Amino acid sequence: MTTLTYQAPATVQDAVRILAGASGVAKVLAGGTDLLVQLRSGRVKPDLIVDTKKIPGMIGIREVEGGFVIGAATPGAVLGEHAALEKAWPGVVEAANLIGSTQVQGRASLAGNLCNASPAADSVPALIAAKATCVIVGPKGQREAPVESIVIGPGRTSLTRDEIITEFHLPKRPPRSGDAYLRFIPRTEMDIAVVGAGVSVTLDAGGVCRDARVSLGAVAPTPLLVPEAAAALIGHKLNQPTLDALDAAARKACKPIDDKRGTIDYRIKVAGVLARRAAAIAFERAGAHR
Amino acid sequence: MSRTHVSAVINGEPRDFLCEPQQTLLDVLRDELNLTGSKEGCGSGDCGACSVILDGRLVCSCLMLGVEAEGHTIETIEGLATGSKLHPVQQKFLEHAALQCGFCTPGLLVASKALLDRNPNPTETEARYWLAGNLCRCTGYDKVIRAVLDAAAVIRGEKSA
Repeated sequence: MTTLTYQAPATVQDAVRILAGASGVAKVLAGGTDLLVQLRSGRVKPDLIVDTKKIPGMIGIREVEGGFVIGAATPGAVLGEHAALEKAWPGVVEAANLIGSTQVQGRASLAGNLCNASPAADSVPALIAAKATCVIVGPKGQREAPVESIVIGPGRTSLTRDEIITEFHLPKRPPRSGDAYLRFIPRTEMDIAVVGAGVSVTLDAGGVCRDARVSLGAVAPTPLLVPEAAAALIGHKLNQPTLDALDAAARKACKPIDDKRGTIDYRIKVAGVLARRAAAIAFERAGAHR
Repeated sequence: MSRTHVSAVINGEPRDFLCEPQQTLLDVLRDELNLTGSKEGCGSGDCGACSVILDGRLVCSCLMLGVEAEGHTIETIEGLATGSKLHPVQQKFLEHAALQCGFCTPGLLVASKALLDRNPNPTETEARYWLAGNLCRCTGYDKVIRAVLDAAAVIRGEKSA
């Protein structure tokens, strides 16, 4: 039986040094709502757990130059209680708040949801649509990377074993912008996405979409950024031909699997529907009907 | 195996305990501190029977390591009543018969208290969503919800206990 060691360093440099020096399996702990389940089931057998929550800045939300800096281990419930964040990025907040129960919201974090690297992670398509980036610290210093570059396969990330995510950056919102995230599950709570869709748009004064990003979850080995779906929106108003083009582009991007949650055909169909519905909400939040 | 010394405030009292790194907070409460009111249903954060309040926030004690409790404040089901005086949610669960086998009850009571601490006037929908992470296989939830809304009225002072 291996002996597990727990460390809770007080600085990010110490955390990186501990991870870099670790022999055997090391896991980074944020909220723990995935890691503890994997630990208990025996799916992961770490020799070392590095808890990041004692590092200053890992929990909390700051407004910086009109954008937001979110500590990597900030619980979902804290995101939901931040009025300015919810006003600027309602899609990101609603996606993060869909993860698990009230109890899970008390712990679960954006970094954990991202680094768990599930294709069905709820917050990830919303962050990708929002053009969020993450700050990653490793032995060579700090780098910033787009969220869509992190997950490279189910359970696998592009981070090296001695790197940790310290914060997420959400950019400043231009006027007439809105975002939304929708997921489909066969019930109303406590389930894993069959499909998820995040849409972020910026409109001009006439209601024409000038910028857009569309991301889909649970329809491929990783959450997808779908530029073709965004292209179906850009230059157009929200009308039936625009929604039909978005639906077709979203469906075309899907490479799903058959499993107990949904078949390939079903997931593809639902991806188009959710992209349309999320786009309609994003346009409305951007003020398209005002 | 190395045991770590942890200090936390549990139900208002400073407590010290030793625990192994892989022990969950639930393991520590039950096996080290003899606070066996918190139950283990699933051990994976799905059922809510192990619910505790950590620094004012509802969490599953099975999804937290005991060592993570260092320096934090924890409320468990054992801290709900004041002496022999039941908390309004406990009283109303009894009056409404909002339990049958009772296994989920400590978690439901702690989760309900956390809701009413935050919002003493929840709608039925808010209460149902808040408690969606607490599974009960006996009651069908209806009596639970009625008890919680009735307890809320007591806490608001609109009704006597």
